[in-house]
Amino acid sequence: MKRLTGISLLIGAFLLTPTAQTAAQDNISTADHSRFRALQKNFSSGPEVTAACLKCHTEAADQLHKTTHWTWAFDNPLTGQTLGKKNVINNFCVATASNWSRCTSCHIGYGWEDAGFDLSSQENVDCLVCHDTTGTYKKFPTDAGHPNYVPKEWPVGSGNIRQPPDLTAVAQSVGSPARENCGACHFYGGGGDGVKHGDLDSSMAQPDKALDVHMDADGLNFACQTCHTTGGHEIAGSRYTTKATDTRGVVVPGQPDQNRATCESCHSQTPHKGMKAARLNAHTDTVACETCHIPEFARGGRKTKMWWDWSTAGKKDENGKPLVVTDSEGYATYDAKKGDFIWEDNVIPEYHWYNGEINYTLLGDKVDPDGLVQINSIGGAPGDPDSRIWPFKVMRGKQPIDAKNLVFGVPHVYGNDDTSFWKNFKWDEALEVGMAERGLTYSGEHAFVETEYYWPITHMVAPADAALGCSDCHNRNGRLQNISGVYIPAQSHYPWLDRLGWLAVLGTLGGVVGHGGVRLLAARRRKGGQKS
Amino acid sequence: MSSQAMYTRFERLWHWSQAGLIIFLLLTGFEVHGSYTLFGFGKAVALHRLAAWALIGLWILAWFWHLTTGEWKQYIPSTPERILAQTRYYAFGIFQGKPHPFHKDKQHKLNPLQSLTYLSLHVLIGPAIWISGLFYLFSAQWQHSATFAWLPLSVVAIVHTAAAFLTLAFLIAHVYLALTMDEKPFASLRAMITGNEPAD
Repeated sequence: MKRLTGISLLIGAFLLTPTAQTAAQDNISTADHSRFRALQKNFSSGPEVTAACLKCHTEAADQLHKTTHWTWAFDNPLTGQTLGKKNVINNFCVATASNWSRCTSCHIGYGWEDAGFDLSSQENVDCLVCHDTTGTYKKFPTDAGHPNYVPKEWPVGSGNIRQPPDLTAVAQSVGSPARENCGACHFYGGGGDGVKHGDLDSSMAQPDKALDVHMDADGLNFACQTCHTTGGHEIAGSRYTTKATDTRGVVVPGQPDQNRATCESCHSQTPHKGMKAARLNAHTDTVACETCHIPEFARGGRKTKMWWDWSTAGKKDENGKPLVVTDSEGYATYDAKKGDFIWEDNVIPEYHWYNGEINYTLLGDKVDPDGLVQINSIGGAPGDPDSRIWPFKVMRGKQPIDAKNLVFGVPHVYGNDDTSFWKNFKWDEALEVGMAERGLTYSGEHAFVETEYYWPITHMVAPADAALGCSDCHNRNGRLQNISGVYIPAQSHYPWLDRLGWLAVLGTLGGVVGHGGVRLLAARRRKGGQKS
Repeated sequence: MSSQAMYTRFERLWHWSQAGLIIFLLLTGFEVHGSYTLFGFGKAVALHRLAAWALIGLWILAWFWHLTTGEWKQYIPSTPERILAQTRYYAFGIFQGKPHPFHKDKQHKLNPLQSLTYLSLHVLIGPAIWISGLFYLFSAQWQHSATFAWLPLSVVAIVHTAAAFLTLAFLIAHVYLALTMDEKPFASLRAMITGNEPAD
């Protein structure tokens, strides 16, 4: 009874505690933005709204200018590499350079149309994409981060007309970001719903408990920033610098580092309770929380792209039109603009030792034209106190390289011009323009290499009763078969020991049977001898 | 038919509960080893652990009993000549229908080969099993401590598994010898159940 009261008190406390989500609904905000004079006007563009925001939020643009969300550049202190969307090569749409106004529809700014974009412009920060609470503000997919200001057709040729957002209404109802705001870009990375991450897609906007125990819309209802804690518009928990394990303990007020973008920052290193607690808690020295508690990714009913082969792009159908093939569920398995795809859902992750260090093969680095090129490679080793066994989505595919210089290719895919791949389907032109944008001279010859890209899986945390059970790994064919350097009972075994052991057992059995048999024979012969 | 008292109540209780526990430990143990799936790994571990604690408790009682009753003397190794005589019997004499070289009574429950075998079981395989087993059981507590940095879990598992294989081999030989070596059929088995062995 006492315990019950405690639990109901706890639940009560939860109901009373304002979560980020309730904050997003603005019922605890001290400001009603519709009453602000600066917002009571007709806005004709996004930057005009930003100018109004900055009248009160004087430091906001400067804060944002320092973030990776704005710069698309990130200096990794661990590896010294310069990363960020401006710099890395991936095996989805490959690179942002020369494809700006398409890619930057996911930049938190306005007008990044070419390499000359002014990164110091305050008014070109887009406040609304993160702070809109109406759900009506959308960046137009090809307008370099602007929403459409007049009715526009999208997708082109579909007959669907997108109405422009009512900027005044949107500006007057701003609030804390909800899952949908972050999701507007992060659910659609790689050019479509669920394409890139596998553990982030539109099903995470209103997930149920089975899909994500924390974001459960009818339960804990966490916002993204409940874990990806923010301060001065800087957001914790970048994949570029993953904390593979967090030994700070539960983060409480007063601790200098308030980052909660790790499981352990709320749950500690010893989170398990009950009968099996000691044994399960002993696992946290070697196994990341995510490994057991995210049994599969892409569980929300959306598939994620697992394979993208650019080498087959450019096929035409019988009418000479770019070919598109879709499967029975409506997923494109071939698109002339992009090549072949494989989509999967309920994907079992691949598991690797991981210490949070990721090294990229960057533009200009030599690639082996015949080998498997690691777009990124992950650090970590058994026995290393900073390494844990982590789950990954491994994105695989084929993408263009400069066949003579043996460096990654940067294809100019998007653009209404004579060289873009999606208009003309000519690799050499597309690569020449794309690489020139990054200051490289294309040799004139291209080839395709197979690549791998490792994505640590952290979202879609299942409820405890749906976590992996012992025998998912403790089994001869268990999930961690490829993990070395740690003895996993029932999975690890030494063939020589089994061979010797069974030899001893069967040898004994054979000896006993032989001994008994000879005894029987001898006894029978003795009896026969007596008779005769 | 006359009979003589052979095994006390404690001895019989010890023997059969130990037999049951060892067979159950082998069954669950080889599942934990990954040889087959029966209970499911998690359940097999839990049952194996329970049975192991029960067996450790039983061993403590048995050691106490052996030491206080002086029964431990039954395991004192015989002279090499006597061991050789018993070995010769199993290797040759038995086929020729010769009589057992040694007589069994309450003071001499074990023949020279048996006492040597049981001695090694008690001082070699037994400790190997329970020392490695306790390390296995408490791996969470020592695995990451500097004191045991030299000891990987794999070594503990190898010792434990090797001892389990030897135990299984012993079990097979023991059942064969216990059931088929009596002058009166199943006399040993009956003695281990009733306490009395039919005498000649």
